[in-house]
Amino acid sequence: MPINVLMPALSPTMEKGNLAKWLKKEGDAVKSGDVLAEIETDKATMEVEAIDEGVLAKIVVPEGTADVPVNDLIAVIAAEGEDPSSVQAAGGANGKASPEPKPAAAPSPADQNTTPGGGHMSYERVNAAPEGAQPGGTPQGGAGGRVFASPLARRIAKQDGVDLAAVEGTGPHGRIIARDVQAAKASGTTKAPAAQAAAEVSKAAAPAPKAAPAGAAPAGLTVDQVKGFYAKGSYEEVPLDGMRKTIAKRLTEAMQVAPHFYLTVDCELDALMKLRETLNASAGKDKDGKPAFKLSVNDFVIKAMGLALTRVPAANAVWAEDRVLRFKQAEVGVAVAIDGGLFTPVIRRADEKTLSTISKEMKDFAARARAKKLKPEEYQGGVTSVSNLGMFGIKHFTAVINPPQSSILAVGAGEKRVVVKDGAPAVVQVMTCTLSCDHRVLDGALGAELVSAFKGLIENPMGMLV
Amino acid sequence: MSDIYDVLIIGAGPGGYVTAIRAAQLGFKTAVVDREHLGGICLNWGCIPTKALLRSAEIYHYMQHASDYGLSAKEISFDTSAIVKRSRGVSGRLNGGVGMLLKKNKVDVIWGEAAVDSVAKGNQPGQVTVTESKRAEAPKGAKGAGTYQAKHIIVATGARPRAIPGIEPDKKQIWTYYEAMVPEAMPKSLLVMGSGAIGIEFASFYRTMGAEVTVVELLPQILPVEDAEIAGLARKRFEKQGIKILTGAKVTKVEKGANSVTATIEGGDGKTQQITAEKLISAVGVVGNIENLGLETLGVKIDRGTIVTDGLGRTNVPGLYAIGDVAGPPMLAHKAEHEGVICIETIKGLHTHPMDKAKIPGCTYCQPQIASVGLTEAKAKEQGFAVKVGRFPFAGNGKAIALGEPDGLIKTVFDAKTGQLLGAHMIGAEVTELIQGYVVAMNLESTEEELMHTVFPHPTLSEMMHESVLDAYGKVIHT
Repeated sequence: MPINVLMPALSPTMEKGNLAKWLKKEGDAVKSGDVLAEIETDKATMEVEAIDEGVLAKIVVPEGTADVPVNDLIAVIAAEGEDPSSVQAAGGANGKASPEPKPAAAPSPADQNTTPGGGHMSYERVNAAPEGAQPGGTPQGGAGGRVFASPLARRIAKQDGVDLAAVEGTGPHGRIIARDVQAAKASGTTKAPAAQAAAEVSKAAAPAPKAAPAGAAPAGLTVDQVKGFYAKGSYEEVPLDGMRKTIAKRLTEAMQVAPHFYLTVDCELDALMKLRETLNASAGKDKDGKPAFKLSVNDFVIKAMGLALTRVPAANAVWAEDRVLRFKQAEVGVAVAIDGGLFTPVIRRADEKTLSTISKEMKDFAARARAKKLKPEEYQGGVTSVSNLGMFGIKHFTAVINPPQSSILAVGAGEKRVVVKDGAPAVVQVMTCTLSCDHRVLDGALGAELVSAFKGLIENPMGMLV
Repeated sequence: MSDIYDVLIIGAGPGGYVTAIRAAQLGFKTAVVDREHLGGICLNWGCIPTKALLRSAEIYHYMQHASDYGLSAKEISFDTSAIVKRSRGVSGRLNGGVGMLLKKNKVDVIWGEAAVDSVAKGNQPGQVTVTESKRAEAPKGAKGAGTYQAKHIIVATGARPRAIPGIEPDKKQIWTYYEAMVPEAMPKSLLVMGSGAIGIEFASFYRTMGAEVTVVELLPQILPVEDAEIAGLARKRFEKQGIKILTGAKVTKVEKGANSVTATIEGGDGKTQQITAEKLISAVGVVGNIENLGLETLGVKIDRGTIVTDGLGRTNVPGLYAIGDVAGPPMLAHKAEHEGVICIETIKGLHTHPMDKAKIPGCTYCQPQIASVGLTEAKAKEQGFAVKVGRFPFAGNGKAIALGEPDGLIKTVFDAKTGQLLGAHMIGAEVTELIQGYVVAMNLESTEEELMHTVFPHPTLSEMMHESVLDAYGKVIHT
């Protein structure tokens, strides 16, 4: 019985991913534990491990294919004793594709402590032909299941290389009909070379890769409307990668769904800067002769947010549809800017961890974020986040909450300012911080309590050491 | 002052009454106004009563050919008044049915001639004045003359026979379909002007009943909207039945005698001839009923005698809508019904699309029947399609042979490139009941592949549809 390799769900929210690279060729022997392919998701690159033995009989989705829906057939492994050349997919994966990724295939944040780390995910075995599967018949699979299109629409799309998944259907129940394909073709935005390539690679049950609709972000102006505002040739068109789509989608959703309000506070930094100097000077040397740690102001900010959350327990909570989830430990996400986007890896138990541990974790996170090697569970969850634009000289800004978190702290630059102290002007180092709060969880007074707990810790940093 | 209606429809023909029922289903307080009959021309003076007449003719024809089936029938004759009575009875029954449907759906029927005084503006509803009808008695329970207010006013007033100057129908020697439907006696000879569906159906009916029939058509082809090949086959059959057909010919003058008309006919070759017949049926098309509705005052846009709409029934005047014949061709009951539903659903705010007029089927109930949908072969080529054409003759179909109906053809036109079903054209027994298979396929955007993969029941005439499709791709079995 040949074994179907399906696009794995690397995280509970994953709907599709890019097939970045095949590490095995057709005809290669495969052992359990071998890395078959690299999958690029929203934010990370992951490896797909074999859990079966046999020969990689057929690669259905070629490498470099973007937006392959979860549970789509990507390859077929011939089991021992089977002739790889005669192996057919045991049925298109689409018949079985469900809109929800298989939860079993990905560790949820809750059990991440017990899940062995490592960026390896296994595909799910589907040996029997799924009911209703149509190998070689109607190839379109979608993140939401079948793409409904009329026979004529399919025929024209195939002939003209239009990707049906990117076409909006205007027929009954949103079915794609011929005029939709013709309109898409006329607008010239839906060429699907990848789909054709895939068809060439495997003439048998090849589910054509599904490209995301041009705007994965919630609807705004259409491509043509936007283009209409600018002279042709005055711009370059940059395709969206998974991260850009996710940022667009999640943060638009955040602003639409979570009622934001903002609390701004000035924190004096003199005591913190002095303590930081003392602590950094006291750091021992490691075996390379480098200091064992070098705390940044941001490390203090993370720690202060962590502690503040545990001191204001009502604020250590997130909104969950019909209830609020309240946490005991503080999980603080930290925005890390990388080329083309950002990640927010989460420091778990930021309230408990020492400054040096936080500092070390952050360095590791930042390095791996830039290499796009963070594991999904490392950037999922969190109750709040810290976004620091101080290094760019930004004095004050507001940030968009990263769902499902309930707040985010926008940290400005620490700068010397003249303030009134004891009735007289004094020069102190001040950092302006603004907390964006989700009003469904945090009311004004509660947010203010959290902010003032944070301010208290920053201004009396010794409190963070004990 | 009466209540304010959400929707008031002027005209209770197939477009109007269907729209009214759909409106009521959608929760609108609805009224429909008519001056003459529920069900309109279709039900009272068109589609339905002619089918009743043609059924009599068909059975008469079978009786004359009883021996073909191993039966004997002697002294075969007919009673004109009984045939007409049956036809009127069919209309009467359905007319009553429409009344019941409207009542069941709580649609108010208002009797009289309606004119639109104003359309809705802001919170102010539009107003329609209804004056007493002199044409027919009001049905039971109908409201009478008066002013009525409505938020949305839909004009569904239909059409009437076109009259050619100098050949105006006089109800005696020069008939329209009204008179042709209720003959006091079968005319011995008949001249039919126009070879569209109406003209051809009457020619077929009267010829079967024994009249000498001549059909005069201005265009080079009878049944001008049909596929040339089908129309050619029809002509041959009609001529075999003894119908005289003159195409490319024009009636230039008509002189009325005591019990006859003499028409001067100019042929395409410039030669003229005179034909004398007992009656002349003028069937040269219909024109929209746009008069005396107050449309001019409201500034409603009219083009070539019909109201201009946006495809969803909306006219250029907000609050005023038009559907059916009065909103332009094709002037068919089924088009009116569909258009009405689109219109009212648009008013309701449902997601609607303009009807694709290329997918409206047409049926002519002559002997043999003719049915078609979509593009003719010539039109398809004209539009730049490379076509694949399949044909299947009735002679190759078991059921057709068993029925004793071996004459006929089913023709299918595909786009060679995409397999799109462009058109289907049929002539032969019961084809008016077969065409819907193609209409469904076309609306589902089937290609040849789905049609080939469909299992058709055996033995049926519908197998010919399958074979015709197969033939277009060189896979036909039974020829």
